[in-house]
Amino acid sequence: MGSSLDVARWQFAITTVYHFLFVPVTIGMSAVVAYFHTQWVRTHRPEYYRLTKFLGKLFLINFALGLVTGIVQEFQFGMNWSDYSRFVGDIFGAPLAFEALLAFFLESTFLGVWIFGWGRIPEKLHASTMWLTHIGTVLSAYFILAANSFMQNPVGYRFNPETGRAEMADFVAVLTNKVQLVTFPHVLFGSYMVGGAVVMGVALWLLRRDAGTDDEPVYRKAVRVGAVVSLVASLGVVVSGDVQGKIMTEVQPMKMAAAEALYETTDNAPFSVLSIGSLDGSEATRIIEVPGLLSFLGTGSFSGTVDGIDELKDSERAMADEVAAQYGPDVARLVAAEDYTPIIPVAYWTFRLMMGFGFLTMLFAGLALWATRKSAVPQARWWTWVAVLTPLLPVLANSWGWIFTEMGRQPWLVYGLMTTATGVSPSVSVGEVWVSMVVYTLLYAALAVVEVKLFLTYVRKGAEPFVDPAEHADADEDAPLQFAY
Amino acid sequence: MDTLQLVWFGLIGLLWAGYLVLEGFDFGVGALLPSLGVGRDAADTEKRRRVMLTTIGPHWDGNEVWLLTAGGATFAAFPEWYATMFSAFYLPLLLVLVALIVRNMGFEYRHKRDDDTWRRRWDLAIIGGSVAAPFLVGVALTNVVRGLPIDADLEYTGTLFTLLNPLSLLGGLTVLALSLTHGAFFLALKTSGGVREDARRTGTTLGLVTAGLAVVTLLWLGLATGSVWSWVTTVVAAVALLAAIAANTKGREGWAFTGTAVTAATVVATYFLALYPDVMPTTLATGQSLTIENASSSPLTLKIMTGAALVFTPIVLLYTGYTYYAFRKRIGTQHIPTAVAVK
Repeated sequence: MGSSLDVARWQFAITTVYHFLFVPVTIGMSAVVAYFHTQWVRTHRPEYYRLTKFLGKLFLINFALGLVTGIVQEFQFGMNWSDYSRFVGDIFGAPLAFEALLAFFLESTFLGVWIFGWGRIPEKLHASTMWLTHIGTVLSAYFILAANSFMQNPVGYRFNPETGRAEMADFVAVLTNKVQLVTFPHVLFGSYMVGGAVVMGVALWLLRRDAGTDDEPVYRKAVRVGAVVSLVASLGVVVSGDVQGKIMTEVQPMKMAAAEALYETTDNAPFSVLSIGSLDGSEATRIIEVPGLLSFLGTGSFSGTVDGIDELKDSERAMADEVAAQYGPDVARLVAAEDYTPIIPVAYWTFRLMMGFGFLTMLFAGLALWATRKSAVPQARWWTWVAVLTPLLPVLANSWGWIFTEMGRQPWLVYGLMTTATGVSPSVSVGEVWVSMVVYTLLYAALAVVEVKLFLTYVRKGAEPFVDPAEHADADEDAPLQFAY
Repeated sequence: MDTLQLVWFGLIGLLWAGYLVLEGFDFGVGALLPSLGVGRDAADTEKRRRVMLTTIGPHWDGNEVWLLTAGGATFAAFPEWYATMFSAFYLPLLLVLVALIVRNMGFEYRHKRDDDTWRRRWDLAIIGGSVAAPFLVGVALTNVVRGLPIDADLEYTGTLFTLLNPLSLLGGLTVLALSLTHGAFFLALKTSGGVREDARRTGTTLGLVTAGLAVVTLLWLGLATGSVWSWVTTVVAAVALLAAIAANTKGREGWAFTGTAVTAATVVATYFLALYPDVMPTTLATGQSLTIENASSSPLTLKIMTGAALVFTPIVLLYTGYTYYAFRKRIGTQHIPTAVAVK
């Protein structure tokens, strides 16, 4: 059966990774749909209307799942991690409440207006509702990442010995945590990369299928807009990721060392692109290795010193001991661990998969942009694979990145302050966690099948023929709505 | 007790009231599909169901955010309350989540394929979710007020069966019945033609059933843990509900809906006034009740949260109000476009 800790961790991993398959699509695609909708309102050119409607439908199919799986996330802290919620709720709860009040209301309310607004509200206002939805998704990302950044690098709190918990000392510090300031752009750019890639992949597939028809220029437009968004965003991902690596080396050195499976402290540390063999340290064989690159990623200098896992193990223990000595036995229990090392192969491989999938997306977006220039249609059969893989790669890059971020922090739940083992709900039985785990997994799997089938059905259907919405304008009171459930 | 602690106790109550008032009617509309969404033939049935779902279409998602905000605000303002409550109601909350998930997916996916089997399945999801969620929320809230076995470490020591006591089950039925009535009055207000007439007729019956259930629940709860003020709100709730039923029989649909909205809000107010000054009373002699004082956040967190609530709540109310204005038109079967969805 395992302990409820293990099951609760798996449950968090499954529900969060699943939820985050839909989140970047929502953030990225809402911006693209809002762009096409704005273009339609500005120019009244049919292709913009058709793309808004078509991509809007795909967006909504995805949004539904992101929404419902997000509710689980907010409840899960209290359900499975009640001791964590007690200990840091004073700080961690605030960004979640802000997220609901500032972001969820905005996003949900205006998306509802957007869906049903066709022909019922002024068109400029209508286009702006998708922008407001987009702003809602971005604000939501900001607050939830501020909460996560607190777990990576706790700032703006103090320990209150009277209540035995961590309490807010400086909310601005929590919202402007240096980890947050670089994670937010990294995640946001990553989401735009996904949004652009989904649009590009879908449109590329249709462009090749419908080449030579009247629809060809419509899909080419979408391919190019999607590819440009993805490509520009990917540059943002690289730059922010680079800064993030340096901040990580500073605030969570163990995570960076784990990312390279670097056991001994090294100057001019190399970065291995591929390796085989056991990663428990002794016999890792690096196949492709770039000298000095890890030092550069971590410190900005090819000859910089990167601390190794063996040394960091001791310094993490010293850090825990110091916290324990300072705050007494209640906290000593929270920071005690047998081993302060994350699972090295997980950190090592997820870091590489994240980067690899990201760079492949960049490559595909660049290729598509080149191949569709001057009214060309990419012909070779392998382009089907580019079309199919482009939406998937950056989504999975996001997943790998999160698995790396969270697994690289272990055994900590809040870095240096609370281990994951001490955060779990004491009153919830293993059986209960198993039940919810099985229920979520089965339900999520079934919904995934339905979602993917529906998504593909709508992709195959393509953009519907243009019907001028202005024709509805003079309709009488009893005329059918342009959209109804 | 600090003023801000009291303010946040009130605000959490307000958020739950907002949730039951707003999502209450969309729960009701979803749960009434099999009764009001039945026409003279299959085509009419389908059109009536689409009318019903379209009335709540622009609103249900925003309505649900009240629940998320109630959860988030409890987390931030009363972390101990959030931790104890959410871990105590583990399995019921799991069911609430499943109910919300399947019904939300139903709203979004039902119309996406022109296929009867597909629609029937999502109808089941919508109906099941819309019945289960308000019932379970009612069970949970009633349990909070009634008291639970909570030990000196503020941990829940009961099981699932502790939660299934007669009073709480009755509370669940009350919230469900109230949501159905509220939903029927909403449909009477927002539709035209057959759905409107049937909603009015069904609404009266549902209203009387609700009145019966609510009276028993609130009396029981009041005698167990009531205060002077909770008796005042109990009376207001009862009067509002009876006035709503009367307004409905006279065809005053706006007043009928306002009446059940006031009932939902005052039922929550009654719960919170009966709860005060606890937030989760214990039934154990050796246990420790969670109180407004011992469950709350630090003064600084409460201050920050108060600032945010003061600035942003009016904005949220303003644009939420706009959506009801933008979609104020009554909908009838003539407004439903022919399905063009994918086979």
